[in-house]
Amino acid sequence: MAKLHEAQGKTLLREHGIRTPEGALASTPEEARQVAQELSRPVVVKGQAWVTGRADRDLIRFAADPENAQMAASEILGRLVAGQPVEQVLVEEQVDCEREFYAGVIIDDQAQSPLLIFSSMGGTGIETIARSHPERIVRQHINVKDGLPGYEARNLVRSLDIHGKLLVGLGNLLASLYESASAYDARSAEINPIALTRDGKLLALDCRMTIDDNAAYRHPDLGIEVAREYDRPPTRLERIAWQVEAGDYRGTFYFIQMEYDYAHGDGVIGFHGAGGGGSMMSMDAVINRGYKLANFVDTSGNPPASKVYRAARIILNQGPIDGYFASGSGVASQEQFHSARGLVKAFMEEPLTVPAVLRLGGNAEQRAIAIIERAQAEIPAPVEAYGKDDSPEKCAERLDFLISSYSPPAERPTGRFPPDAAEPYQFSTITGGTVTLDHAACRRCDSKICLDTCIPQILSLEENVPVLNISREQAHKGGCIECLACQVECYFEGNRGGSVLLPIEGL
Amino acid sequence: MSILIDRSKRVLVQGITGREGQARTQLMTRYGTQVVAGVTPGKGGVEVDGIPVYDTVEEAWEIHGEIDISVLFIPAPFVRDAALEAVAAGIKLLVIIPDRVPIYDVLAIAQAAKDRGAHFVGPNTLGVLSPGKAVVGMIGGRAESAQTWFKQGPVGICSRSGGMTSSMAYYLAEEGIGATTLVHVGGDIVVGLPHPDVIQLFEGDPETKAIVMFGEIGGTQEERVADLVERGLVTKPIVAFIGGKGAKSGTRFSHAGAIVEGDRGTHEGKVRRLREAGVTVVEAFGELPGKTREVLQSHGIRTA
Ligand code: SF4
Ligand code: SF4
Repeated sequence: MAKLHEAQGKTLLREHGIRTPEGALASTPEEARQVAQELSRPVVVKGQAWVTGRADRDLIRFAADPENAQMAASEILGRLVAGQPVEQVLVEEQVDCEREFYAGVIIDDQAQSPLLIFSSMGGTGIETIARSHPERIVRQHINVKDGLPGYEARNLVRSLDIHGKLLVGLGNLLASLYESASAYDARSAEINPIALTRDGKLLALDCRMTIDDNAAYRHPDLGIEVAREYDRPPTRLERIAWQVEAGDYRGTFYFIQMEYDYAHGDGVIGFHGAGGGGSMMSMDAVINRGYKLANFVDTSGNPPASKVYRAARIILNQGPIDGYFASGSGVASQEQFHSARGLVKAFMEEPLTVPAVLRLGGNAEQRAIAIIERAQAEIPAPVEAYGKDDSPEKCAERLDFLISSYSPPAERPTGRFPPDAAEPYQFSTITGGTVTLDHAACRRCDSKICLDTCIPQILSLEENVPVLNISREQAHKGGCIECLACQVECYFEGNRGGSVLLPIEGL
Repeated sequence: MSILIDRSKRVLVQGITGREGQARTQLMTRYGTQVVAGVTPGKGGVEVDGIPVYDTVEEAWEIHGEIDISVLFIPAPFVRDAALEAVAAGIKLLVIIPDRVPIYDVLAIAQAAKDRGAHFVGPNTLGVLSPGKAVVGMIGGRAESAQTWFKQGPVGICSRSGGMTSSMAYYLAEEGIGATTLVHVGGDIVVGLPHPDVIQLFEGDPETKAIVMFGEIGGTQEERVADLVERGLVTKPIVAFIGGKGAKSGTRFSHAGAIVEGDRGTHEGKVRRLREAGVTVVEAFGELPGKTREVLQSHGIRTA
């Protein structure tokens, strides 16, 4: 779930008519001072960070004048919170608060509907309040077809013994909160506290919103860079991985980095899972052998070979990992030779210089294993491939063995690519890749293996060389599924005339 | 018998002309599923694997008569519309394969289904398979694989992980234990038929004698299964594995989740609740087939 900072959440609330204290964001102490100057009253300076309990972490400071606001900002800005520097502070007027409330909207998986929660007590420790004063909290499921009608919101407020103008104000606020949550596909949206000021205004003093990752594409205005549930801003490789995922709708590629600072020999493994459940078990298998995971990757949902290739390249670019472990559920529905070709291409080009164990059980696993084994001579480090009758534990044991008996080459070997094309025949692919068939090499090729192995069968022989039997336009629109047969099969069984260039932006 | 899918069910494929739609229609028809028609708006009139394609679900229904199940192979942004179309046409069971469907879209589908007395499996599911009978979705991938991997027998299988649905059925079959039906309930937090609902269907199926469940951390599905067992609504023996023990629990960002879920959702919490209710929970996935055999034997249930 993509988290929004307080200030961004408050902007969405204001769009739906909920009032917030006056103020503005500042990125430097000087800016903080200016905001305080313009407000010309005592302010609160709030570090924008994705953590709870900001007051206890000293990320929220009160300042009586612009000088103090500047000082507070300089102490907060740049501080490391959960490993990441605070980049902005929200400078807001101080609020003279008479009473506090709590309101939140979350998705109730059991009822399959949004759930509005309202409490006549708010502020820090709302979870404790929920336990000690259950009678001060009310809940209401919302029918997504009808939304939250004002009268329902008012009835809810009244059930906590609130009456008159305050009831109307809170009712409107609750209805608006639900509107902003549903309009922005929020997995959760909460205001804690809602302040009732001495002059009778209702203000949202804080706001926490998380946006549904799957709906982030509907809200380009939110500028969500990486729609993933991170507790910190994304790393460089996570950004790169997200671009790969965003640019290719086929299958799913999930990437999260878990270790940052390590050296060869620390037992940190590049992890490449396939499918959530199988990945979790496979992780346990390597962790139980005393290894740490550099990252968690999941390529599943029948991704094309090109996506697996890009995932593997990103994993290998992380740092000094000691091994590579790929393992899924063991009985995959997808044709496993796609993954095998993607991995082989990445291992050859990068190239792989640490041992790898690949558990490729599932459809066509024998073919997948053969593709890996055939490539061994062209990959500097040992690679072993296994099928569905080999447990994650056994595969982890093999990896352990390979790592302990392996010493990496003193000098980094160069990658293996097909030779440059003398007579290139080219077309582009759906993810910005380029397929090149070197017709000079093809003419001298006996096997013409690309013709048989191209999965969608879009290549035909014309004057003894392979050409597209669909238009370039069709190939570009997805007719070429980037199965990589015309590179990987050709490299080993043909005359090395075929290659598929798959750029990874930023790598 | 079996649950949700068998040879008698008449199935529609929405998105039949797409990459996945075509490939999985082949799997379904070759495995024995009665696929009567397909729908892709704009492609009406063509055929896929001998199956007629229509522009709308209503048209398919008018021409082919009642349709029991629609399975959706549709890009996530268009799932909501396609699912609402199927429900409006009168179809009572949807199997929603794609992942990344926005959660508010799922809620809209759930509301429409509730209003029309329909149900749905998924989203983010591999589907449902009754060994030796029929499959909706993509479990097994290819008919030949599905035929060799899965065996008929007395166990109902349900899982929140797609890969593990197949794995459990395969490893159980290796142990000589067959299944009535495999259900991948779906990997998302909101799914149409979560574990407790599927397990109640298994409870009502005379041929299912025991249930094997692959649970995961997060949400409340497994705790609700424990509730059902405690209340006596499920009496058949259940063997469970809960994945995600090693997963780092993320720092909670929202209080609302904590207010509603309390300490539910954690690995320890789920295992404890299930055990309290009398469910057999294995510690390692590898123990599942052996443990299931023991439980079947102690209840005097034949394995195949
Ligand atoms: S296999 Fe390779 S060299 Fe042979 S025809 Fe095909 S692309 Fe050309
Ligand atoms: S041209 Fe054919 S073989 Fe080559 S990548 Fe595309 S689909 Fe695969």
